[in-house]
Amino acid sequence: MIENIIQGKIFKLGNDIDTDQIYPGRYLYLTSPNEIAEHAMEDVVPDFFKKIAGENRIIVAGKNFGCGTSREHAPRALLFARVKAIVAESFGRIFYRNAIKVGLPVIKLRGIIKKIKQNDTIKIDLHTGIIYVTQLKKEYSFEKYPKQILSILKSGGLIAYMKKYKSYYN
Amino acid sequence: MHPIYRILSQSSKKKTIKLGEFIIIDVDLAEINDLYLQILLSFQEMNGKKVWNPEKVFFVMDHYAPAPNIKAAENQKRMREFSITQGINNFFDINRGVCHQVMPEAGLVFPGMVLVATDYHTTTHGAFGAFSTGVGATDMAAILLTGKMWIRTPEIIKINIAGEIKKGVMAKDIMLYIISQLGIDAALYKVIEYSGDTVKNMPLDERLVLCNMSVEMGAKGTYIKPDKKVYRYLLDMKTEKYKKFKTIEDSDGKTIDNYESIYQFDISSLEPQVSLPHSVDKAINVSQISGEPIQQALIGTCTGGRLNDLKIASKILKGKKIDSSVILLVIPVSHKILQMSIEKGYIQTLLESGAALATPSCGPCLGAHEGVLASGESCISASSRKFPGRMGSKDAKIFLASPAIVAASAIKGIIVDPREFL
Repeated sequence: MIENIIQGKIFKLGNDIDTDQIYPGRYLYLTSPNEIAEHAMEDVVPDFFKKIAGENRIIVAGKNFGCGTSREHAPRALLFARVKAIVAESFGRIFYRNAIKVGLPVIKLRGIIKKIKQNDTIKIDLHTGIIYVTQLKKEYSFEKYPKQILSILKSGGLIAYMKKYKSYYN
Repeated sequence: MHPIYRILSQSSKKKTIKLGEFIIIDVDLAEINDLYLQILLSFQEMNGKKVWNPEKVFFVMDHYAPAPNIKAAENQKRMREFSITQGINNFFDINRGVCHQVMPEAGLVFPGMVLVATDYHTTTHGAFGAFSTGVGATDMAAILLTGKMWIRTPEIIKINIAGEIKKGVMAKDIMLYIISQLGIDAALYKVIEYSGDTVKNMPLDERLVLCNMSVEMGAKGTYIKPDKKVYRYLLDMKTEKYKKFKTIEDSDGKTIDNYESIYQFDISSLEPQVSLPHSVDKAINVSQISGEPIQQALIGTCTGGRLNDLKIASKILKGKKIDSSVILLVIPVSHKILQMSIEKGYIQTLLESGAALATPSCGPCLGAHEGVLASGESCISASSRKFPGRMGSKDAKIFLASPAIVAASAIKGIIVDPREFL
């Protein structure tokens, strides 16, 4: 279940973060959400899970976030680690789809990464398509989700959506 | 209307579709490989009972063929059981080969279709004029449930390739060059159409390489206008009946418009290329990396394991022995290709040179089995991906190159220009 408004501290990441860095292949066999969450980003940001534990976090990244393989573990791991949304210059295509599938909002936005700093706070409004950065006192607008996609996200992902509706509507 | 838009329009039952529009399309063929048991788990979580159409679902056990560990074996077992209970007869087990070869060989791929698979390199089938794209596990579960998927109507970019390919240069070199020129997100969310004389004159095997590697630029799909070579292949593979797909060119001779960008490449002076480890999109002339030692050489995968690849490798290695410091893995992309290359004597030649032959599988490309890399090892590979840790140890180095470069390098134990041997 996600709300229209998502707010929290940001965690800044760089360019071309691939799915192996988001969730290392050697942990693909794990199934429990807690175990999976512990290993999110661990080769790139040691103790990432511990660092962001306990508070709403939004990842803000450069280009091509989630490039690499089609494994769903990548967005799942971030979701289980309590990342609330990801804002990036661009996303690996399949990662973008997979994130929506698991109920993790992903937002493409150019320009934000240059000015924003680690631990700044932002507020994302999925309804209006506006991101407000507290420390910069600045608003950015992003392309809003089509109704269909918003519905999937707000249901908490495609599984929950399909359980409820049994089909896509046109 | 571009053929890809025509396909999407037909498939979404919408007379007109706009760029950027979110549409729901019908899937003609849903292919599932042995990577993600999650597909079945998500399907069950969605309360899925029966798949929408068992005849349109295909399973191919190719990434772990045969199963290298208990987990992979258990996953395959569950997939076999699932297909039996669902009445899915289309189950290609570990004795067929890599899905992107096996599907066209089985006559399943044709122009105008929507093909979706849980595999990154699904863009390969654009070479047959299909809209073919990869998705994740839960997307596929929803397809099993509904027979549909959502998609954002993509931009189409055109890559026109002209010029006569120099001897010893292959489609792989062209792609490594193009990717290093345009960048790994040049085609992000987009469909790439390949055109030009170079493409027209390429054998089908080589065109498949262009479409296969397009995903390394972020492509959602690819398209090459089907021609005699494609239709000949479809006939040979006894492809199931399909309506000959009409493009605008067929109907009124006008050219297709609406390309977001058009890139022109003249490859007449292109040298063989090597893509360097880790550096995301940098490829250089083979001469600039000549002399670099390698311990493993791979000819195989859906990028570099076809008949044409084995033919050139066999030509280079005929009567020669590989260096004692090198392991040469030869993994034909399918059992059909394996049999054909045995008949033509390629396998004999390669074995005599010291190659190790393995079961057609994706195997080493993803570090699953059939040749995993140790720390500090360097591999020259005909595959398509080189992220750190991709083929085994994070501290191994992967160089990407054509099968010709791989074969030649195996002889010397260092990266070399294959034209020395041609």
